Amino acid sequence: MTVTSDRARLTEPPPAPAPAPFPTGTQRLPMAKALNLGLRRALANDPRTLLMGEDIGRLGGVFRVTDGLFAEFGDDRVVDTPLAESGIVGTAIGLALRGYRPVCEIQFDGFVFPAFDQITTQLSRMHYRSQGRLRLPVVIRIPYGGGIGAIEHHSESPEALFAHTPGLRVVSPSNASDAFTMIQQAIASPDPVIFLEPKGRYWEKGDVDLDAPLLAPHGSPSDLDHARVVRAGTDVTIVAYGPTVATALKVAEAAAAEGTSIEVVDLRTISPLDTATVAASVRRTGRCIVTHEAPVLYGSGAEVAARITEECFYHLQAPVLRVGGFHTPYPVAKIEHDYLPGLDRLLDAVDRALAF
Amino acid sequence: MSTSAPAADGPLTDEGLVQLLTPAGERVAHPTYDAWAEDLDGDRLRAMYRDMVLTRRFDLEATSLQRQGELGLWAQSLGQEAAAVGSGHALRPQDHVFPSYREHGVAHVRGLEMTDLLRLFRGVDHGGWDPAEHGFHLFTLVIGSHTLHATGYAMGVQRDGLVGTGDPTRDTAVVTYFGDGATAQGDVSEALVFASVNQAPVVLFCQNNQFAISEPTTRQARVPIADRAPGFGIPSVRVDGNDVVASCAVTRQALERARSGGGPTFIEAFTYRMGAHTTSDDPTRYRTSEQEEHWRRRDPIERLRVHLERTGELPEVFQAQLAAESDAFGEHIRTTVRAMGHPSPHTMFDHVYATPNAVVDAERAWFTQYEQSFVDHDGRQAAGGHR
Repeated sequence: MTVTSDRARLTEPPPAPAPAPFPTGTQRLPMAKALNLGLRRALANDPRTLLMGEDIGRLGGVFRVTDGLFAEFGDDRVVDTPLAESGIVGTAIGLALRGYRPVCEIQFDGFVFPAFDQITTQLSRMHYRSQGRLRLPVVIRIPYGGGIGAIEHHSESPEALFAHTPGLRVVSPSNASDAFTMIQQAIASPDPVIFLEPKGRYWEKGDVDLDAPLLAPHGSPSDLDHARVVRAGTDVTIVAYGPTVATALKVAEAAAAEGTSIEVVDLRTISPLDTATVAASVRRTGRCIVTHEAPVLYGSGAEVAARITEECFYHLQAPVLRVGGFHTPYPVAKIEHDYLPGLDRLLDAVDRALAF
Repeated sequence: MSTSAPAADGPLTDEGLVQLLTPAGERVAHPTYDAWAEDLDGDRLRAMYRDMVLTRRFDLEATSLQRQGELGLWAQSLGQEAAAVGSGHALRPQDHVFPSYREHGVAHVRGLEMTDLLRLFRGVDHGGWDPAEHGFHLFTLVIGSHTLHATGYAMGVQRDGLVGTGDPTRDTAVVTYFGDGATAQGDVSEALVFASVNQAPVVLFCQNNQFAISEPTTRQARVPIADRAPGFGIPSVRVDGNDVVASCAVTRQALERARSGGGPTFIEAFTYRMGAHTTSDDPTRYRTSEQEEHWRRRDPIERLRVHLERTGELPEVFQAQLAAESDAFGEHIRTTVRAMGHPSPHTMFDHVYATPNAVVDAERAWFTQYEQSFVDHDGRQAAGGHR
């Protein structure tokens, strides 16, 4: 006779529902769901892919991006880890050395720093240190950015710190469709990828083609390397990525009403930087504004500005302007929208660029 | 508060050490570990003796090469040969080692071309060997970081189904070596947590050589370091690290526990770093010659030599052959290191990424063009060039 103890009855979670079949066709989905489906497809396609992180199992992650994956793939492949970020990334490195493709979830941007050492001194360099003998196909997913009314350390934008580290790829999707494809491309990448998810856009919907052919073969240049012009224009180029792309598109709408034509470039990849796509745009418009939520001082916008100045000097009709966070810690939630690059500050920059 | 605790206190106590060979070279019985050493006959012990002698020769040659300007730096293993060689002899071919940069004895036992270890110290390579070839990972100079890599690797071994199959040619363990200083690093504590909750097949081997550069172990711990592990749910053992037989026996037991699915073990090998931390260090500033002399009398190689001699297991012909082998090894090391070529500056751009990277490629192309600008029309390096 099997006896179930009271303790077991109290701690045993309810049985999970059977996983729904993988959807097909083009569907209108929030970014969080697109990421979920991208992860699900990667797990289904390659038994050596596994997810690791805090609360990503039964809970499905604090943002529910891994919802349902624990039930479908089990606790060996969707791993609730100890609450230790360095341990998550450090053991992911070991798993990758053994031939696995770990996808780590860092719960919030501000909590990546305990893992910063493992990411910058180990993950980024193993391929270099080993003369190419060891590959670490590890993805670090980080919900990042602000605007959600959060408490401290939950709204940071640390991309420049990783982009400054050779050996890492740093990418950020701005919409659901890119999120679906880019997460799968990141997982397929033989190089480590810092995958920055704009958490403030998790619930914004977009059309996602779930049957789109996905992955360039390993080792060949893939879509993950390229920026994209997401709105054509003639007067000013706004370079944005992640959470600021939607803002830039709103700016373009508003400016169009006033007769100014704005081109918006979605950078998509921060490292490597697709300077060619940005430069081609700036040669058309002659003016360039870079925007991100991170502080502008030593930010990724500074790199874009420097490179555009070097490559497009004779095409520029105004200095490259930057619109982003200030050189302060991320402020309290009640005033965060005064810190973030919003519609008004970007329109102000457009005016300044046109005034030259 | 005193900065130098008496040697018998806290983390430097020699109480509770597993010992099978006394400093006088006498084999003593142990209720648990005799079973793990019973097959160590004359042949096996001579093989360990040979490995220790050759490891020390390698170490001394490397020290000399550094003094001659042939290496930028060298980290000596002098005095720690028994813990390395003994534990190394407990490994099976399929096991994987994540070493610290002082485990020259383990590298030797794993069959590495030992001069490959010197490439890093000569400044021609950040790595130097193929980790897969001998199951011996590259050095990780950020102290303690690799203990997490070892634990993750062991979690991969679990997922590969290579734990507890009962097949001795398949069941696999991972061992990671680190020092007493490393145990203060957060990563080592995190490795203990991950190893424990996953019951990962990993052996955490702490070489307590009593110093983290200048700081004694009392700066890292108040209690014997091995005492920490049970708090993580990991069994631990303290072993006389200058006793090659005991070092082998405790590691065998721990590896077997790991391979059979019994989870991790923490081993603290209590030993003494007879040399400096590295060739840049000056131990006379922080320890006494009396202390060094005390440990010189506990030399791990001498201990085994006396034991083999007493038991009639060290014939003169073996000693003569070993001396000749050691001399030839020394010559090989010197010649090989001096012949290591200067890397081309262009190699700095190689292997940053596994896939083509536009930024690195552009910088490589620029650098090549820049180099070319110093070459005159006849193809010679122009005067006033940058080197």
